[in-house]
Amino acid sequence: MDVTITINGEEHTHDVEARTLLVHYVREHAGLTGTNIGCDTSSCGACSLHLNGEAVKSCTVLAAQADGQEITTIEGMADADGTLHPMQQAFMENHGLQCGYCTPGMVMAATSLLEENPNPTEQEVRIGLEGNLCRCTGYHNIVKSVLAAASA
Amino acid sequence: MIPAAFDYARAESAEEAISLIGQHGDESKFLAGGHSLLPLMKLRLAQPTVLIDIGRLTDLSYIREDGDVIAIGAMTRHMDVENSDLLAQHVPLLAHAASHVGDPQVRHRGTIGGSICHSDSASDLPATTLALGATYVAQGPNGTREIAAGDFYQGFLTTALAADELLTEIRVPKMNGAGWSFQKFNRRAQDWAIVGVAAWRRNGDSGIGLVNMGSVPILASGVSEALSSGASIEDAAAQAPEGCDPTADLNASIEYREHLARVLTRRALEEASSS
Repeated sequence: MDVTITINGEEHTHDVEARTLLVHYVREHAGLTGTNIGCDTSSCGACSLHLNGEAVKSCTVLAAQADGQEITTIEGMADADGTLHPMQQAFMENHGLQCGYCTPGMVMAATSLLEENPNPTEQEVRIGLEGNLCRCTGYHNIVKSVLAAASA
Repeated sequence: MIPAAFDYARAESAEEAISLIGQHGDESKFLAGGHSLLPLMKLRLAQPTVLIDIGRLTDLSYIREDGDVIAIGAMTRHMDVENSDLLAQHVPLLAHAASHVGDPQVRHRGTIGGSICHSDSASDLPATTLALGATYVAQGPNGTREIAAGDFYQGFLTTALAADELLTEIRVPKMNGAGWSFQKFNRRAQDWAIVGVAAWRRNGDSGIGLVNMGSVPILASGVSEALSSGASIEDAAAQAPEGCDPTADLNASIEYREHLARVLTRRALEEASSS
């Protein structure tokens, strides 16, 4: 089936099987490999991206469900001239990543969180990121980064 | 992990969805938010041959006041239940329970109707709506009917819905100021409850729903009867595991689940009685 999705402002159409997961559509058909696959069971959040402005786990959404919708991936966060999104900048300045595998999902979940709650407390950030796991256990600086981005 | 192949059809109306499932028969399934069904399909524990996507039925996404009841469209997402001012005012227990489902990403996609139809006894909303005395509205080829939550859950992942019926609305009585509590015991933030308790209490009345204490969500009616005949919270809560049939797994033995049911029911009733 033809599935058309606007990714980072650019329209993509690919003929895919109905069972194609959104994360595979993004990585393999659109060629955007910034979105990682971690657990593949909607637990870890590494594959988080924005569907119509809200963070979702793209391993648990069919590409067909996103047909005609808009998504933003980590590649779409920085400006065209390379200026980082304030959340990316905050992660960089606060050492919010260690190995970096969870980082794209963390950034997407964190920006979605601030969209819904622009001035969260530290506790609200921790609860708001409950769907994202960092196996380096680098949560302290991730939370610090999100709080810094909120006050940026 | 990739699901087994299936055919995909997108319904543009409830009527079309019901007609499509009628055409495709037993091996087809409705796809709402997909956050219960797709994980099962990826593990090949479910292999429907046709998915009927009802995700675009936005007219089934609403929360409305209807006399003594709050009517919730089946396609209302957990995030919208969690953040509803109307529910915060009239059915705060349900809004709070919805905030405990999965994590924010899951709550952006998962729907109250999907959770109820999946009828996992370990899920938060089946037991919560059961405790609240909700009624579910099902639409089939010959019209609609109302099913009491108490009659809906018939066995492990099995409901009273006919194969060609679509859940369209969840009708929850207003709590009218009842005290309430939601206790969820788990090891990690986003997990299913090892045991959970949804409870409300107002004057002599109460409702206590138990999560993950058997193959279906359970209404602890023995606890409510004990309370209304004057038992202390402690004595009433001690009856929580009666009539339950919990299983043992990596997280808990049967005995531990029964212990949790007693302790969490006591805590829930104490909180509900003080609010």
